[in-house]
Amino acid sequence: MIDLVAKSAAEGLLPVTIGALTLSEIPHREVHSIAPFKGAKVSTALKKAVGIELPEAGRSTTKGDVQVLWTARGQYFLIGAKPPKLPAAITDQSDAWCAVALTGPSAGDALARLCPLDTAKMGQGDVARSLIGHMSAIIVKRVDGFETIVFRAFARTLVHELRKVMTSLDAQAALPD
Amino acid sequence: MRINCPICGDRDWREFYYLGAADYLNRPAEGDLDAIHKYLHIRENPAGVTKDLWHHEAGCSSWLVVERNVTTHEILGVELAAEVKR
Ligand SMILES: [Zn+2]
Repeated sequence: MIDLVAKSAAEGLLPVTIGALTLSEIPHREVHSIAPFKGAKVSTALKKAVGIELPEAGRSTTKGDVQVLWTARGQYFLIGAKPPKLPAAITDQSDAWCAVALTGPSAGDALARLCPLDTAKMGQGDVARSLIGHMSAIIVKRVDGFETIVFRAFARTLVHELRKVMTSLDAQAALPD
Repeated sequence: MRINCPICGDRDWREFYYLGAADYLNRPAEGDLDAIHKYLHIRENPAGVTKDLWHHEAGCSSWLVVERNVTTHEILGVELAAEVKR
């Protein structure tokens, strides 16, 4: 077998720092989508296998490098671990997404220009499915900013949109009062 | 316009897709041509309170029944279509 060189979704585009904001790609992680069958109990079996339960809607659960995000009605992403056998539809989506972290004190202001969410109301570990421009996105609130996850094919567009806003915010901050 | 999704909370209209009257939930039996004609084409269209189907397309992907007043734009209630009694 030929050992192919892995290329990350935003390879060559990130990291970038403009003013007080930094945009960086989150290193590639194993991602599985878990959609429990109707009425199926999944949480306990998942906790036994990977150490964490399914989160409530709009939330995430984390333990070490393993994370579970709520991603839609009846759908979760298990990140950083292999799922056990569960009464659920499970698909490996490891190479399907691009995750970036936007960090800095004005990360919320930057997102506000692209995303219809009221991000000021989000607390650490909150997850929302929403839009970045016209792109469907998963947005996770972190201590230092926001993690934004989009389909891998949109990596370049996501970086372009966020860079544009970062540049604009920086230029605005430099203006005299 | 904002819609209070029962799962995601209060969200901007840009996240939603409009389908049409909530009558679409009540699909008639196969073969009943008059009922199917009515189901597809006949609507009350009142200048007042209506019930419509909206999809939280860019959010949790739920289908919602939104009750609103088309003359005042007031939204009176939002329910998950999956939980609406038929
Ligand atoms: Zn929703």
